[in-house]
Amino acid sequence: MSTRFRSALMAGAAAVLGLALTACGGSDSGSGQQAQAPARTLTVSAAASLTGAYQQLGNEFQAANPGTTVKFNFGGSDALAQQVVQGAPADVLATASSKTMQTAVQAGKIQGEPVVYATNSLQIAVAPNNPKQITDLAAMARPGVISVVCAPAVPCGAAAEAAEKAAGVTLTPASEEQDVKGVLNRVQTGNADAGLVYVTDVKSTQGKVTGVDFPQASAQGAVQSYPIGVVTGSQNADLAQNWINFVRGPQGAAALQQAGFVTK
Amino acid sequence: MRTTVPRFLWAPAALAWLLVAIPVAGLVVRVDWPNFLGLVTSPSALAALWLSLKTGLATMVLCLVLGGPLAVVLARSSLPGLAFVRSVVLLPLVLPPVVGGLTLLFLFGRTGPVGGWLDREFGVTVPFSTTAVVLAQTFVAMPFLVVSLEGALRTAGQRYEAVAATLGASPFTTLWRVTVPVVLPGLLSGSVLAFARALGEFGATITFAGSLEGTTRTLPLLIYLQSQDDLDGAVAMSLVLVVVAIGVIVVSRTRDLR
Repeated sequence: MSTRFRSALMAGAAAVLGLALTACGGSDSGSGQQAQAPARTLTVSAAASLTGAYQQLGNEFQAANPGTTVKFNFGGSDALAQQVVQGAPADVLATASSKTMQTAVQAGKIQGEPVVYATNSLQIAVAPNNPKQITDLAAMARPGVISVVCAPAVPCGAAAEAAEKAAGVTLTPASEEQDVKGVLNRVQTGNADAGLVYVTDVKSTQGKVTGVDFPQASAQGAVQSYPIGVVTGSQNADLAQNWINFVRGPQGAAALQQAGFVTK
Repeated sequence: MRTTVPRFLWAPAALAWLLVAIPVAGLVVRVDWPNFLGLVTSPSALAALWLSLKTGLATMVLCLVLGGPLAVVLARSSLPGLAFVRSVVLLPLVLPPVVGGLTLLFLFGRTGPVGGWLDREFGVTVPFSTTAVVLAQTFVAMPFLVVSLEGALRTAGQRYEAVAATLGASPFTTLWRVTVPVVLPGLLSGSVLAFARALGEFGATITFAGSLEGTTRTLPLLIYLQSQDDLDGAVAMSLVLVVVAIGVIVVSRTRDLR
């Protein structure tokens, strides 16, 4: 009698304990139900300009791969590549320029060849409805137009220089900003009439600035390439490759195009 | 006579000193010495250094001309609400400079109330100009002068001023012949501190004034820009700024000791 009672008690306690454990696990993105899929975390170091598209893709990837959590580390491409070179834990590196990716490749930190899956090109950002009627780079260089670009030392500035050269136009900017968001901010606050930014930046303002296409945006050196690669020594190399395939697949292309990228 | 320092203070004191000294020493080690001279005398480096010195001096003068009278009012008058006035002046000490830059941008920007008016009436655009740099620097540097001068005025007390007044000196004569000479060391060290703060100003300047060589790109802005591309150049110019800063501190301290 007493042993039976005791074993019943034990079973009850075990059940309660088990329930508590699943309850704990359950709050962690529902991984408790999928007992067969091991919980894994994929760490993706990605350029800041990818933030919107990647966050959306991260949710879709998690839904398609139960038990997988995608963790993002968004930042400047230079800093991200440096972090990977210094051995920061990351499974995937996705930069906003081939040059920054090369620093990681040369340090032997990328498995195989990185692939370029998207490009981003320049647009002239102007106030909504384009009050100063700026239609190309020559119009941007007109006297009386306050223009702002990135400094030549940073990627968006190098791209702007290449476009100017192709157009045979020399802009006299009121300011050479540190990064593309600085340029966008000048136009958005109405302090500059025109600025050279990327299509994705214009899209990110959701109508607060208007983007004007111009022919030299596709000139050599003006287009920004987005390479992606698996980091050497990744514990989740298979998952990392799945992510890259996913980003290059139809869902990836849709999200990237929506953000303003041209996909390959 | 000097009192003895309790022994348990030595360790934290040494740590505090090292916390500041070691990173600066690390900078010296990191400098690319063979190319140092070339890096700090490049045209863009010289343009930035010259602009920093020029705007720093202009800021110092503006702080003296405006902040000096404010310090006298704060120390000597008994208006109601003086405590509120003082806390507002101290705000830039606590605020992140970027916030200062944004507030200036909203006021003096082309779409701001003052900036819009200047743009419409006179065709003057304040952002992107050297004037904007001086405004941003004055915003952050002003409290340094006001605080040190007000402190000096309160320490000096009003005895001499009272004597001068009983001898028939006008308020202006009293200020000019009695107060100013008495607080001169405080005035000088406050000015030097304001100049030093202006030299190091970054956040408000880049937010409000922008960054263009020769016009708005001061030394800190150039250092930040180069740190993304040419780290050796950035390190070399950082060292120049450290040397200038140490010089300024030494000058202001020796004035204090007089």
